[in-house]
Amino acid sequence: MSQNLAIARETLLDRPGLTDRQLDRVMDRLLSRQVDAADIFFQYSRLESWVLEDGIIKEGSHSIEQGAGLRAVSGEKTGFAYTDSLDLPRLLDAAGAARAIARSGEHGAEAIRGLPEPTPLYQPINPLESLSEAAKLDLMRQADAVARAADPRVQQVIVSLVAAHDTVLVMDNGGHISGDVRPLVRMNVQVIVEQDGRREQGSAGGGAREGLGYFLKDERGIGYAREAVRQALVNLDSVAAPAGLLPVVLGPGWPGVLLHEAVGHGLEGDFNRKGTSAFSGRIGEQVASPLCTVVDDGTLPGRRGSLTIDDEGTPSGNNVLIENGILRGYLQDKMNARLMGVAPTGNGRRESYAHLPMPRMTNTYMRPGQHTPDEIISSVDHGLYAVNFGGGQVDITSGKFVFSANEAYLIENGKITRPVKGATLIGNGPDVMTRISMVGDDLKLDTGVGTCGKEGQSVPVGVGQPTLKIDQLTVGGTAA
Amino acid sequence: MNDEQQKIAELKGIVDDLLLEARRQGADAAEAGVSAQTGLSVTVRLGETETIEHTSDNGLGITVYFGHRKGSANTTDLRPDAIRESVAAACRIARYTSEDPAAGLADPDRMAREVPDLDLFHPWTIGADEATEIARACEDAARATDACICNSEGATLYTQRSSFVYGNTHGFIGGYPTSRHSLSCAVIAQDGEDMQRDYWYDSNRLPDGLASPESIGRRAAERTVARLHGRKLGTRTCPVLFRSDIASSLLRSLFGAMRGHAIYRRSSFLLDRVGEQIFPDWVQVSEDPLRPRGQASAPFDNEGVATGYRELVSHGVLQGYLLDSYAARKLGLQSTASAGGVHNAKIGSSGQSFEELLAQMDTGLIVTELMGHGTNLVTGDYSRGAAGFWVEDGEIRYPVEEVTVAGNLRDMYRNLIAVGKDNDIPGSIDTGSWLIDALTVAGD
Repeated sequence: MSQNLAIARETLLDRPGLTDRQLDRVMDRLLSRQVDAADIFFQYSRLESWVLEDGIIKEGSHSIEQGAGLRAVSGEKTGFAYTDSLDLPRLLDAAGAARAIARSGEHGAEAIRGLPEPTPLYQPINPLESLSEAAKLDLMRQADAVARAADPRVQQVIVSLVAAHDTVLVMDNGGHISGDVRPLVRMNVQVIVEQDGRREQGSAGGGAREGLGYFLKDERGIGYAREAVRQALVNLDSVAAPAGLLPVVLGPGWPGVLLHEAVGHGLEGDFNRKGTSAFSGRIGEQVASPLCTVVDDGTLPGRRGSLTIDDEGTPSGNNVLIENGILRGYLQDKMNARLMGVAPTGNGRRESYAHLPMPRMTNTYMRPGQHTPDEIISSVDHGLYAVNFGGGQVDITSGKFVFSANEAYLIENGKITRPVKGATLIGNGPDVMTRISMVGDDLKLDTGVGTCGKEGQSVPVGVGQPTLKIDQLTVGGTAA
Repeated sequence: MNDEQQKIAELKGIVDDLLLEARRQGADAAEAGVSAQTGLSVTVRLGETETIEHTSDNGLGITVYFGHRKGSANTTDLRPDAIRESVAAACRIARYTSEDPAAGLADPDRMAREVPDLDLFHPWTIGADEATEIARACEDAARATDACICNSEGATLYTQRSSFVYGNTHGFIGGYPTSRHSLSCAVIAQDGEDMQRDYWYDSNRLPDGLASPESIGRRAAERTVARLHGRKLGTRTCPVLFRSDIASSLLRSLFGAMRGHAIYRRSSFLLDRVGEQIFPDWVQVSEDPLRPRGQASAPFDNEGVATGYRELVSHGVLQGYLLDSYAARKLGLQSTASAGGVHNAKIGSSGQSFEELLAQMDTGLIVTELMGHGTNLVTGDYSRGAAGFWVEDGEIRYPVEEVTVAGNLRDMYRNLIAVGKDNDIPGSIDTGSWLIDALTVAGD
């Protein structure tokens, strides 16, 4: 048994006193002749968060979430129920409710057994205990001090620190059982600067599947403070952004939110099975410029979007979505893979035991190209250079997507000139991807700040890309 | 005692236990909230049951104060062991937080003296089969509306009942049950290469308060079909009419900028604007927390402070901020019972029907969808993705997509021309469509 499975069994079965025999009874109740697949997902999560504001540690919070979600799938039908008590009667009740999707029948019980598990991509540590309380608060105070010392125009600094420890165990109707222990940390620094009555904000942070020591390494934590101040000060000098169709150069790293919105969501298996995506039925077709190879890779060690196994027990993968502009594959969970007759890709994710799994991204990025960032910028006569973004959104059916720049500059005669105010960029995914005309050699992943929302469920994700140029994209500024 | 009264009594017992335990572990003051919710969600897609979900969520939260130091904990587990552990976790946190003179319970004289029954509990005793039939009727109606409706994301009926109790060591304890029911439908229209999706929904405290399944389905389909063959617009400056369901987001931005926490952080474009004209002088914005059966009604806020009707904007002048006790103390003001947000907000109409607004606009853009997060509440800068319809001579000419609308919220509020009386939208914000004189529309 893997170490992760052993920890998960101890936390989620032994501690509440659940035996394999009892699990069998629950699975028995969940299954019927018409059920194609069923699973039970156990989870125990602890989360601790701290907030520094006005130079003091203002708030701290500790939370515990535990429960089990039970699912029975019959064809395209899903029955689902969950319970926050891990005791046999409540599990049996939930199983009875979830199976109501199909008429009753019987099944032969399978012996519960572990599957060969992939090498863990992160250590089964508890990040809540990875630093002393004094060290956690010191880290935050240092970030505050660095931000305030960086410039006298800094008026307000808010530092947040979050550590989460998530233990999951999933058992399917074949008796396969897998477990995972997932650390996750996140730090953020937000500043408000003020000059002559004008106020602007800046925000920077990062995260990883590691302990909180991650933010001490290479002075990452105080680096976020410096970066937040730099961004805010740039915005103090910003002028109105242009409005209209322009060449847009996106910087490396976090601007990869482009791929998440323009491509990623539209390639999720559920939308494509149902034929509701602008990418439906287009495998093998040219959907992007030949310079584009886009992957979704859940196997990068320690990354925020990575998973050793997904929430259905499938090992995560490095899945090529678009290769040299040709659409190669979709992101699948078990149910959609089965219904589409393909293999699951390790993208079955859920926010918690109280939510149904669905196909979700992990770390989505574009592989590097040939050009240096300088070559790309100097190729633009008049355009926008956008390096930092807030969130994005996509309508997967029409393919329309937006993402909002919060740090951007004008490019004039091949040179980066003045900073411009935040502006939303809008395009059509399949169309914009074909207008990518230069791809840089400087692939970068984001610093670990991404959270993706879909149907009300949030999961941590990563994005990345090299510097790239889109020949024409609508920029939503206010200047003519 | 009926089931719900019994549930409230049980939750009150847990709150009492939490507060007692907090005292026992040395806290000077404490507040606790406990909730229990159950529900049923059924989705029908292309005429077949797709999912049946039974929801059941419990939660407790405790905040302890040692002098002016604060610690919080929450959990989904309501058993006695979890109560002790949560209090201990909150007390442990409070050992490390700083002295903060503004931290603490809301002032005792502001506690709600009684908890009026706002008639918020109308549970729906409905099984999965009946729920399926309603969702199916809704989706069927959508699919029958137009031949272009070729696919569907389904119709979902969701019903839930909740019980909630809040108490603190001032001796305040109050709780009440609520219900909420919703029916939504999302369909896909296709014509040639063009594929569009849209949805409609309704939501109500009463099962009988919901619009008919057929009307929701039809409206979802009509909205979807109307989007087919959208065009881009050339970049221009023009009047923009935010349809009522979209206009509510402009009020949400207003409330975001009025939040006390944004004010004391100096991170709001409404900083120092109380008493000033931020809208034209005919604009009235209010909240009415005590409205019976209201979707955002609450007899007390998240700190036990008594709520009441309040003018937020009167004759276009900003009347105050949205303050919980913390922000109030930071600003030297009084709580406005806004811990937990605005309750049943409303903006008064300037009297025009939607058609009259179109005539008044003459030429411009109706916005029926906004995308993305391009609202900066620090500066008021506004830049969002949009879709809608182009209007000339007061008549809708063609659908528009893939454009942005941009401006600054300060100017958008100040230059509001009219608010329609076409407020037939679900949800807790009551507004008609907004006509704004000029925004930058970027396209090709």
